[in-house]
Amino acid sequence: MIRVFSSADVFFIVAAVRWTLILSAIAFLGGALGGLGVALARTSQRKGLRRVAAGFIQVFQGTPLLMQLFLVYFGLAVVGLPINPLLAAAVALTLHASAYLGEIWRGSIEAVPSGQTEAATALSLSYADRMRHVILPQAMRIATAPTVGFLVQLIKGTSLASIIGFTELTRAGQIVNNATFKPFLVFGTVAILYFLLCWPLSLLARRLETRMRRAITR
Amino acid sequence: MYQFNFQPIFEHLDLLAHGAWLTVRLSIMAMVLGLIVSVLGAVAKTSGIRALRWLVDIYVEVIRNTPFLIQIFFIFFGLPAIGIAMSPNTAALVALVVNVGAYGTEIIRAGIESIPQGQIEAGRALALSPAQILRHVVLKPALRNIYPALTSQFIYLMLTSSVVSVISANDLASAGADLNAKTFASFEVYLVLTIMYFLLAAGFSAMFAAIRRAFLSYPASR
Repeated sequence: MIRVFSSADVFFIVAAVRWTLILSAIAFLGGALGGLGVALARTSQRKGLRRVAAGFIQVFQGTPLLMQLFLVYFGLAVVGLPINPLLAAAVALTLHASAYLGEIWRGSIEAVPSGQTEAATALSLSYADRMRHVILPQAMRIATAPTVGFLVQLIKGTSLASIIGFTELTRAGQIVNNATFKPFLVFGTVAILYFLLCWPLSLLARRLETRMRRAITR
Repeated sequence: MYQFNFQPIFEHLDLLAHGAWLTVRLSIMAMVLGLIVSVLGAVAKTSGIRALRWLVDIYVEVIRNTPFLIQIFFIFFGLPAIGIAMSPNTAALVALVVNVGAYGTEIIRAGIESIPQGQIEAGRALALSPAQILRHVVLKPALRNIYPALTSQFIYLMLTSSVVSVISANDLASAGADLNAKTFASFEVYLVLTIMYFLLAAGFSAMFAAIRRAFLSYPASR
């Protein structure tokens, strides 16, 4: 039974934006925590730690996000948990974001001039104090633009959660399309909604980058 | 307790190997065509024609701020509504080319703008022919500058191509889905698939490094 594409359908699609945002927020917050750990491990004095973190990054940057989602989704059964699309998507996207943010932040930490570390060490600051008060605050300013840029990638990445059956924006579009069979209109609408979420962030990332570059070349 | 069962996967390794070959072929085609689109886009963007610049800007922004999955749905399901229908494999290739072209356009543009005008003038002062200037002073150094960004974008494209399995185009991820339907050893199937993609990424990475050593290494005269 094919329905007409009505305002109720548009509303259903718009309401699903909520889940795209919730999933993005979970993955971003989880990825920020994980990414900080990965970045610190990548820049630590211990060779073993550096190796493990590098391997983690390589695995998640060298395999498709779709495969990562499937692996976690079917992996839930392996560790004896019930199959749950939201949990699987949240875990997979968090790991994915941890690797990417870890790599971005490693670069930012290494971009802080080494004299800063030396000066902090000369002041006999401990590793924790050195990181907290000297290195990370400066690294954070360098990292802001690429981090916002990655957030765009992450929001787009949440669309793949539709494939393992989580009803976010893309899957809401598929559901409406199956009922109304107006793919041009439906996927056009969905594309516009993603664009409205991502484009402002892209512009912000670009503006931050230009500001940062000016600050460096001054 | 979960019972791992890799047996049926090893029995169907030929299926996966064929899928891997399809992914390699699809990716290389998309890379070549995507590079052509990127160069055209970058030339249009750096040209003085304002309307052309606008069009390219809209293309780049729309593609970079919407998910690939929606792009492929729009191309495969949406376009037939306005009379443009294609097979899953064609739609997959078109979607990948359109997608990588948007990212590539920005990368190539940066490459073109990375060559200072003074370099070209210096080339003329050394009495190099226009062809020599284009080859040694503009193209090679520009390509050297953008090579890392371009090749990592290409590897990312290969990984993204796994998404074409959702419209049942033929590739490694589709072969994996078939095998999954045959064996029901889901976790094992996707573990093997993930490892295969990792190896493909490593292979492409090694290939790009070899191309770099062969054609883009110093001294510049070669």
